[in-house]
Amino acid sequence: MSSVAKGVKSIEAVNDFVIKFANVNGTGSASANNLFAKSIFRMGIPMSPKNIFPSNIQGLPTWYEVRVSEKGYLGRRGGTDFMVSVNPQSMAKDVKEVSPGGYFLYDNTKPLDLRLHRDDINFIGIPLMQICMDEYKDARQRQLFKNMIYVGALAALLDIEFDVLTGLIADQFKGKEKLIAPNVHALELGFQYAKANFECPCSITVKRCDNVGDRILLDGNTACGLGAVYAGATVAGWYPITPSTSVIEGFEKYCKRMRIDPASGQKNYAIVQAEDELAAIGMVIGASWNGARAFTATSGPGVSLMSEFLGLAYFAEIPTVLIDVQRAGPSTGMPTRTQQSDIVAAAYASHGDTKHVLLFPSTPKDCFDMTAQAFDLAERLQTPVIMLTDLDLGMNDNLSEPLSWDDAREYDRGKVFNAEELEAMSERFGRYLDVDGDGIPYRTYPGTHPTKGSFFTRGTSRDEYAVYTEDGSEYVKNMERLLHKWETAKSYVPAPEIISVEGGKKVGLVHFGTSKDATLEAVDKLAEQGIAADSCRIKAFPFNHEVEDFIAEHDTVFVIEQNRDAQMRQLLVNECEINPKSLVKILHYDGMPITADTIVQRVKDVVQHDNVTPIKRAQ
Amino acid sequence: MSFFKPAFRHPELPTNELGFTKKNYEGSISTLCAGCGHDSISAAIVQSIFELSIPPHNIAKMSGIGCSSKTPTYFLGNSHGFNSVHGRMPSVATGANMANREMIYVGVSGDGDTASIGMGQFTHAVRRNLNMMYVVENNGCYGLTKGQDSATADVGSISKKGEPNPFEAIDLASVALQLGATFVARSFSGDKNQLIPLIKAAISHRGFALIDVISPCVTFNNNPGSTKNYEHVRDHLAATGTVDFVPMREEITADYGAGTAQEVTLHDGSVVHLQKADADLNVNDRRSALKLIKDYKAQDKILTGLLYMDADSQDCHETIGTSKKALRTLGESELCPGDKALQAINESLR
Ligand SMILES: Cc1ncc(C[n+]2csc(CCOP(=O)(O)OP(=O)(O)O)c2C)c(N)n1
Ligand code: SF4
Ligand SMILES: [Mg+2]
Repeated sequence: MSSVAKGVKSIEAVNDFVIKFANVNGTGSASANNLFAKSIFRMGIPMSPKNIFPSNIQGLPTWYEVRVSEKGYLGRRGGTDFMVSVNPQSMAKDVKEVSPGGYFLYDNTKPLDLRLHRDDINFIGIPLMQICMDEYKDARQRQLFKNMIYVGALAALLDIEFDVLTGLIADQFKGKEKLIAPNVHALELGFQYAKANFECPCSITVKRCDNVGDRILLDGNTACGLGAVYAGATVAGWYPITPSTSVIEGFEKYCKRMRIDPASGQKNYAIVQAEDELAAIGMVIGASWNGARAFTATSGPGVSLMSEFLGLAYFAEIPTVLIDVQRAGPSTGMPTRTQQSDIVAAAYASHGDTKHVLLFPSTPKDCFDMTAQAFDLAERLQTPVIMLTDLDLGMNDNLSEPLSWDDAREYDRGKVFNAEELEAMSERFGRYLDVDGDGIPYRTYPGTHPTKGSFFTRGTSRDEYAVYTEDGSEYVKNMERLLHKWETAKSYVPAPEIISVEGGKKVGLVHFGTSKDATLEAVDKLAEQGIAADSCRIKAFPFNHEVEDFIAEHDTVFVIEQNRDAQMRQLLVNECEINPKSLVKILHYDGMPITADTIVQRVKDVVQHDNVTPIKRAQ
Repeated sequence: MSFFKPAFRHPELPTNELGFTKKNYEGSISTLCAGCGHDSISAAIVQSIFELSIPPHNIAKMSGIGCSSKTPTYFLGNSHGFNSVHGRMPSVATGANMANREMIYVGVSGDGDTASIGMGQFTHAVRRNLNMMYVVENNGCYGLTKGQDSATADVGSISKKGEPNPFEAIDLASVALQLGATFVARSFSGDKNQLIPLIKAAISHRGFALIDVISPCVTFNNNPGSTKNYEHVRDHLAATGTVDFVPMREEITADYGAGTAQEVTLHDGSVVHLQKADADLNVNDRRSALKLIKDYKAQDKILTGLLYMDADSQDCHETIGTSKKALRTLGESELCPGDKALQAINESLR
């Protein structure tokens, strides 16, 4: 090991650091990196891994960043304490990124380009390729085991329990036992090499603790797919697009396991890969209209294509569940980077006066719960419900509370007249009649009754009995009812999660989705610096009154979001008639998840500038 | 305004096997232009479904946008209908069909709705062999937006503006044949005798059944230079022969001349009889249909009748292996795996 120059101290950290792997995509590094991350998780230490990958299948640089945090901070931290460099292509950039006092592990089969040398970091050269050449004959094996060798070396350097790694390998190759020994052997090669050549452990280490609890490691997209299985979705229409594809893949994976009729072997679900997103949403609308629970998943470009249909579903009042896994736009933008930038597009998707119910999950458990809830809401409210998740949540393994399902729960299929009810009805069935005064009319499924309850569904204006009309007053009456229904929706959508701290009420942080972890970490950091900040996590649109109250109760309210144009703030200003000046923007949109430091810095700047007296820290 | 149904009804109207009168299959009063070909097609649909004795509520009417797509309001008032968005009916029909395979799907579209804005969705519904009847009410123009040429207008055909159409026409029957459609027919709105048996056969067919019906737009495309005007079509029709459809419940009694007749038995036991005028047509041979359409076109003739049919085709549900039970009828017990299974999943994620 070439140690840091005198006067620079190596970073010392136990269970609190960021390690980053620089790989080439398509080289099998993903499973080795997962193995590494999962070993930390199994040692009871909270951690959050993030894939940083290009829109490409093979040959370009990818990174895998793992934040290890005993305290349980799962948002992106920024900075790299330990870099594992296995990609010569990005080496120059990767070296620069290491924090002073950090570590740079690289393959020294070829000597390091001297121009890359820094004297304020530790270089750890391991001849990964050479070890593989000596050990394996087959090129494919050399490639794959190279990854395992660096994980083995990390085990020695960071003090990972070796048994945990071998246990994970045994789990991974259940049923293919003969692969266990060679993988463990590769780990050992790396482990031994590190032990023999470097001081192990180094100054950054992990240590078993018990802060993971019963949490699970799951990506948000799979959780959405699983939520759709539990919610009773039977029809999915979709068109592939990163980062949403794995939602449908997750749905299919669990359907194959749990939705095959045992007697006939037939599928209790239908997944149709559509010709485009217009068709995907059309299928969802057709299936929902016909009484099935149906959904689709897409990303920004798909939402743009779906917008005409979303207007139809809003106006004709057809339950529609859409999961939008956001990525950086506009246009193709940065298709493999994260953002929260479809908020306005989703809220008002379509021409004319339209607005849609939105849900904002922050964790995989939210993804599961809110997907299930989306179906209930869509059917209860007879309208599109769009769940806005993002690439960060959707495609990365996230530490999450375990999933649960109340077996007594019944699906809320909303207001639907069945054949008996229609038979008993003496008055004329009015599809768009506001019978209960909540703006939500009753519907009937096609084929329910031979002579009663049929109606013509259309996007053109109609009266309360679904009869075509261009009478302006009928049109207005209907539009007003839809607005009334929108008000009703406020009592059905999930309320915000408000956390009040001691000495709060001055500074309020409004956040949603994947800004949650960074926000809550910022709250702690601000408290350390004497600024007490309350937080309000918005879970849904329309905004419930609690959101408005929170904003009204605080002197300075920050709206934290991952887009350029402060889209959530626009919605708040628009829908709650809030003075824009009272909402301070905190924006981050470079395609990487937001960090707590970004939030802390901005809050401090504004609070100090505005001379808001810092609150004394509680003793 | 045209009234294709009688204002007065005899108290003892004939009933079908289910005891329904034709009235039970009618819709509200048409608001299309008097004499519009589309109204004749609506009437033929009513007659066919009444005669087939299908419970009216067992049908779902699907359409896009256009004068043609409006027509489902004017027939089958006891059936649910869905007037979707322009060109996108096939996807809505696909979803509806996936949700409930037990209903009968009657799709009505226009040439603009299908051959232009909806071409993509149309081709994919064909490709999936979605179990539905898909009627294109083909007038060679955009009726509802006042007569622009559509993609099915023949090259050289003169629109109301007086200008010849410079572009080659898309022939939907040929497109469908090339895409592997399992039932392709062509007819003329004014030819009830041919249209009704075709509609019946299309409804009984398991899979995607296209009927391209030439249906003159009397307001915008009935001028002398148009190749879709009423007289032109009348004078240039070449039928493949007479078609007769015998539902499975009826005994086959009709006497069909030997030699030029072809008989096709459908999956449900119904039989289609073809009395062929053109001995070259074999309705089981896709290539023969494509060739004949071309040959007739070269003689400035429109070949009508049943052009191709695969009576044993597999519909989309069979291809993807969905449950025999309509998906929408499944409840929590069949759909929700329950908490125990979820706890096992949690365990696998630790
Ligand atoms: C997205 C969209 N674009 C354009 C229109 C306007 N439009 C309504 S009907 C129509 C053409 C209909 O032509 P066709 O399908 O042939 O029906 P026809 O009226 O001739 O029966 C058009 C372009 C629309 N409704 N929606
Ligand atoms: S404009 Fe043409 S297509 Fe439309 S209703 Fe009138 S005649 Fe029929
Ligand atoms: Mg037309």
